[in-house]
Amino acid sequence: MSESNSNSKPLERNPPNLRAEVDKLISEGVLDLAARLLAELWRRDPAPATASFVTSRLDDVRQKTPDKLALTKFKLAILRSFTVEPIVPLLRAEAFGYGIDLEVQVGDFNTYVQDMLDAQSSLYRFAPDAVVLAVRTDQAAQELWSDFADLAPEAAQQAAERVVHNYEQWIGAFRKHSQAALIVHSLERPSSPSLGVLDDQSETGQSGFIRQINRELRRIAQACHGVYVLDYDALVARHGSEHWHDERKWLMARLPIAAACLLPMAREWMRFIVPLSRRTAKVLVVDLDNTLWGGVIGEDGMNGIAVGSEYPGAAYQALQRALLDLSRKGILLALCSKNNLDDAMEALDNHPGMLLRATHFAALRINWTDKAQNLREIAQELNVGLDALAFIDDNRFEREQVRAALPEVTVIDLPKNPMEYASAVRNCAALERLTLSAEDQQRTEMYAAQKQRAAAGQNFQSKEDFFRYLEQEAELEPVSDLTLERVAQLTQKTNQFNLTTRRYTESQIAEMAKKPGWQVVSIKVHDRFGDHGLVGVAITHDVGDQCEIDTFLLSCRIIGRTVETAMLAHVAESAVQRGRKRLEGWFLPTRKNAPARDFYEQHGFASQVTNCEGSLWALDLESFTLRCPDWIKLKVATETTSGGKN
Amino acid sequence: MTAATLDQLRNIASDIFGIPADKITTESSPQTVESWDSMQHLSLVLAVEEKFGVQFDPEEIERMTNIGAVVALIEKLQSAPR
Repeated sequence: MSESNSNSKPLERNPPNLRAEVDKLISEGVLDLAARLLAELWRRDPAPATASFVTSRLDDVRQKTPDKLALTKFKLAILRSFTVEPIVPLLRAEAFGYGIDLEVQVGDFNTYVQDMLDAQSSLYRFAPDAVVLAVRTDQAAQELWSDFADLAPEAAQQAAERVVHNYEQWIGAFRKHSQAALIVHSLERPSSPSLGVLDDQSETGQSGFIRQINRELRRIAQACHGVYVLDYDALVARHGSEHWHDERKWLMARLPIAAACLLPMAREWMRFIVPLSRRTAKVLVVDLDNTLWGGVIGEDGMNGIAVGSEYPGAAYQALQRALLDLSRKGILLALCSKNNLDDAMEALDNHPGMLLRATHFAALRINWTDKAQNLREIAQELNVGLDALAFIDDNRFEREQVRAALPEVTVIDLPKNPMEYASAVRNCAALERLTLSAEDQQRTEMYAAQKQRAAAGQNFQSKEDFFRYLEQEAELEPVSDLTLERVAQLTQKTNQFNLTTRRYTESQIAEMAKKPGWQVVSIKVHDRFGDHGLVGVAITHDVGDQCEIDTFLLSCRIIGRTVETAMLAHVAESAVQRGRKRLEGWFLPTRKNAPARDFYEQHGFASQVTNCEGSLWALDLESFTLRCPDWIKLKVATETTSGGKN
Repeated sequence: MTAATLDQLRNIASDIFGIPADKITTESSPQTVESWDSMQHLSLVLAVEEKFGVQFDPEEIERMTNIGAVVALIEKLQSAPR
């Protein structure tokens, strides 16, 4: 393996030395480096003791430099029927590894019902971003768990229905009092059901009823925005029930989970917290030799590399299958490999064992340039920030080099054994998605069309000629149940062409769309090369005789094609139709939204106020008319198609 | 009692209790270490179990009255795996 020929010596530092180094750096005030070493320490030794060290030093660093670490703040409340306190440091250390500054509030034992029902409870005062509802079956379904043998089938059915009804009530109350995401643990089945093997011969056994409750929990979650199920039963099964549980700790300290499984519990929560805090990656950049296939194509040749359905090639094929699954979730794949282009392309195009072909990759960098530089170019080509990239490579030297040069990139450590590659990728929280829009599922095709567009654009004399050739059509309509998810997703993910960068959840968007005087409008675009899907959102509200722009954003892949002008023209036009005389909007600068900075000025708005937050712009609708560019065909759907909002 | 086990345990205790490892001896106990309360005791037990791959009984956890006693229990469990 290439591990052996890489010079990894300077990276070797054993953990106690790292701890001393961290303390020294903190006392000297070199806090950025201290934070980086803390992250390294956690990667090397993710154990409970290390978690205590990492979280205590992280708190020191944060106190000295509150905002310099560029961490995303996130507040999590845990409602529980068992001891979770020892998991909290592990969870916070793990979150830190993903660039999240996690604040955790743990509810009292078994007070989750009051906490959720009472609008004044400490839960709601904490104003969490997300809440975990971790209740064990023995609490949530006591009759089914401990007294099952005494229950007649009808009584058991009624007990199961009561449990579902309880959850429905709690979740309903929670949604009334909070917009936070809710992560509900499904109920674990007994590892030794009361009737032994007989239990599983029907759906009316102990396990059958608990399965039924879990199915209903999924139904409740699906019907409610921002409510998700964590399949606790499957999590326990994945690690093995006997390995997962520690009966002695349960009886002694109400801690049911064994010491070795506290980290897996924390990591399972992270698979929800990372996407909820939007620390996810949009693009996964992969290496070729010894990553996508076994061996080195330049040396071993087509017949020498291992990839296929049999050992040892099966491990690499399993990774490729995992990557295909990611691309179906809307995560783009890109290639970055030190290779001769012809060698690599021959394997990519012709090797019979490959599941992935060149067309699966939105960007390719097959050359001898260093990987950090290639990653920068890939980010630029795909129009995303470096923090949207994740990177896998079997070579530890390459990984550490990327980590050192580009700390924003999510570097996924591959285990030594290629058989474990696929699960390392599948379990990476930065590649999780909690919802999926139609756009996500077609993203790879859309980027392929984008490449064709770019190629076509080079042959035109003027931009206008090119725009006319593109035959763009834009469709505007009020947000509806069908588009709610995507609209919320865009407010959360769009960084560059975003005038106010206000992040909204699905429930907040639904709320706004219902309010009188508010308009939430989305824009879909397609052109001669294909469909871009839903790529823009404008949210406005009327105050007196003026219309205020709350949110105005476009996906980065559509910027610079005058769609923004078309959308603004529509906003102005419909404000005039509602009798407004003025259009007003803020530009709130962020680290990333420079592309939107001059937008209002370029469209005839006059500057009103500038303060530390941003600048306010206004357009007099009586004296100024904004026109949609003649090369964009605008279709405006009427209000009636938006029906059924909830 | 081997020095290796004691050293590893001192590093763990240093992380958990937030005091330097060289300040921890076999005599360190809840009476001498301020932050050693019942919740931290559980954290220490879990960290030791994870690191050494052992599981303690409730009675054993109660007998962990100082660092020396923890070392003795680790070594007992390691020599006679259950």
